[in-house]
Amino acid sequence: MATKERDHVTGQETTGHEWDGIKELNNPLPKWWVYVFYVCIAWSVGYWVLYPAWPSLSGYTKGLLGYSTRAELAADMAELKKVRGAKAEQLAQMDVNAIYADPEMRSYAIAAGRTAFNENCSACHQMGGAGAVGYPTLADDEWIWGGTLDDIRQTIAFGVRNANADSRQGEMPKFGAEDILTNEQIGAVADHVVALSKGTADAAAAGAAVFAENCAACHGDAGEGQPALGAPALNNGLWLYKGSKDALVAQINAPKHGSMPAWSERLDESTIKQLAVYVRSLGGGK
Amino acid sequence: MKMAPVKDAVAEDKVSSNDKLFAEHVKIYPKKVKGLFRSLKTSAGAILLAIYFLAPFLRWDRGPGAPDQAILIDLPGRRAYFFFIEIWPQEVYYLTGLLILAAIGLFFVSSLFGRLWCGYACWQTVFTDLFMFVERVFQGDRNARIKRDRAPLGIGKALRKLGTHATWLLISLMTGVGFTLYFYDAMQVVDVLFGDEPWWGAWTFIAIIGGSCYLLAGWAREQVCIYMCPYSRFQGAMFDDNSLLVTYEAWRGEPRGPLKAEKSFEGRGHCVDCKMCVHVCPTGIDIRNGSQMECIGCALCIDACNGVMDRVGLPRGLITWDSINNQVSRSQGKPTRVRLVRIRTVVYVLVLAAVGGAMVFGLSNRATTQVNVLHDRSPLYVPLSDGSIRNGYTFKILNMVREDRAYRLRVAGIDGAGMTVIGLHEGKPASVVDMNVTADTVGTFQVYVSAPRDDLDGETTELEFVLTDKASGQSETYGTWFAGPRR
Repeated sequence: MATKERDHVTGQETTGHEWDGIKELNNPLPKWWVYVFYVCIAWSVGYWVLYPAWPSLSGYTKGLLGYSTRAELAADMAELKKVRGAKAEQLAQMDVNAIYADPEMRSYAIAAGRTAFNENCSACHQMGGAGAVGYPTLADDEWIWGGTLDDIRQTIAFGVRNANADSRQGEMPKFGAEDILTNEQIGAVADHVVALSKGTADAAAAGAAVFAENCAACHGDAGEGQPALGAPALNNGLWLYKGSKDALVAQINAPKHGSMPAWSERLDESTIKQLAVYVRSLGGGK
Repeated sequence: MKMAPVKDAVAEDKVSSNDKLFAEHVKIYPKKVKGLFRSLKTSAGAILLAIYFLAPFLRWDRGPGAPDQAILIDLPGRRAYFFFIEIWPQEVYYLTGLLILAAIGLFFVSSLFGRLWCGYACWQTVFTDLFMFVERVFQGDRNARIKRDRAPLGIGKALRKLGTHATWLLISLMTGVGFTLYFYDAMQVVDVLFGDEPWWGAWTFIAIIGGSCYLLAGWAREQVCIYMCPYSRFQGAMFDDNSLLVTYEAWRGEPRGPLKAEKSFEGRGHCVDCKMCVHVCPTGIDIRNGSQMECIGCALCIDACNGVMDRVGLPRGLITWDSINNQVSRSQGKPTRVRLVRIRTVVYVLVLAAVGGAMVFGLSNRATTQVNVLHDRSPLYVPLSDGSIRNGYTFKILNMVREDRAYRLRVAGIDGAGMTVIGLHEGKPASVVDMNVTADTVGTFQVYVSAPRDDLDGETTELEFVLTDKASGQSETYGTWFAGPRR
């Protein structure tokens, strides 16, 4: 800054910067502003010393305070567990029906269960239990394994068709693949099931006899289903897999069997009960 | 710290140097002054300080279970109380209305009398004035303070400085506590601050508020008004030629000159250039340079000048509260008049009346029940085994009175529609369900409405919830929609 130039209009010094004949006046900053700037620089140095800051080849500088976001998260989670401890303990002790009957416990269980459901269940059953092909809808009134609170809790805790000793078991024979029925019989019974679902079934139809002989034992005479065996109702418009004749033929020929993990192996008793209450609140169960 | 030479005006501080990154701050040593405006300023400050510190202790009975503090912003409880008014977070627009009233009120007063707010009522002015009083008690008036600041540090100087800052910090602490009381029950605060488990949150806010008070009123002072506050920057737009402002009568005062022994004012102005107006100014400006951004309109220079005019035997009012138009008339010997009713002020009054009226109307007709209906988004709708369609709604009832209330919910708009409510009415859908909400809470209900497919218009059908307060019989209808499959 060897040459100091003064603007001839204002008498103020210029910074020496010039663009197309326009010169910038030197308007100094207030002192406090400059000092705040210096304090910020000093603050950042203190931050490097106290907190993790600089990467090195093998890791990073840990800082004198030994702070770590992971440790903070762990501490927060432990604190949360402590705060929730009493309620969680209470839920684990209570019967699901008693939880549901108590308005305060119910609203707590629904709120907590929503989080657990979104984390663990919504990947298959979708948000709000909307369901998808092969993954039952939990918001409607058809319950393959039963829609009471106890049924729901049982299904969540032990799952469906898994290695757990208490899991729900139930298997439909491969009527086509194992040559139990002929192609003509399968076609006829598929027609009958489509008619059942529409309420237009004809007892004299060829498929009706096949149904009575092979299917009614599990699915019921009128196709009303049997939750104890996990045999879905066939007399309504709700389908786990699709309800077209082609889809039914495929299912009768070589059935698909979905499975569900036993959540008691992963979640605690309190969370399972929260989930049962939440799932029941999605549509009111059955 | 090296003391900068005392200068008479900020205006002179335009000298800049390429060697420095900043403009040297010129410390201001306001001189004590007596007079009408000084008394007004002292009274205004005393009254405002009393309001700041005592208002949280006013009580207002709201019945059992409700806080009885007249003015309280209960952040954890999500309520704000102002005497008979209780505001929920959903009603924050009342705060917007209040801010509009405050802004227009400020413009209105400014267009009439200049920066009365800045000079008398702003807390920055009130606390700066209080801190200057403390400073004067410990360190004496202007000349003594200048002399002491230039003198080397001795025991006397150190003790006086220590006394000043200790008192400032004490006032700041009280201010911190005082303003925190608006956010917490003032009567319980002693427990919270000094009890077995002192709450660090309250102490943090006290430290922030108290620290700001010490910094802004003790150290920053006029720099807050000049550099931080946006108001000084746009005040010019609020004034017009009829606004009454603190004004130096240049036509009478100039050419200025020191008082001569023979006291003759032949051929020269009445200003004796004693610089008293500059010395008493809390922002350190020279009012004789005309209306300027730094002037906060406190009128202490009027008191100072009047005292000098009395002594030299000249009429008062060389610095006075006057409009530009009147100054022109006065300098030409024409009659003057004060014009308070002008298009600008009339418009301000109309806007104030409109916003104020809308607020009063809104508050006096405030609904005591509010409803939020949220249609569930996943799933949008569910087909049921009997072929009907079901939609889920989260139904929230805000019971904004302090008593339990019973409501009756009816679903309408779709002929065959019925509803179930989780925990209240399950099983066969009904068209009417009773629900209770406890006092001063939000009742949340999971409502499922099912309707035969044939009664639906298609993908969306209009649906209504009619909520009746069973005690008063008043009904409100809330429109929503019902989703279904494409036909």
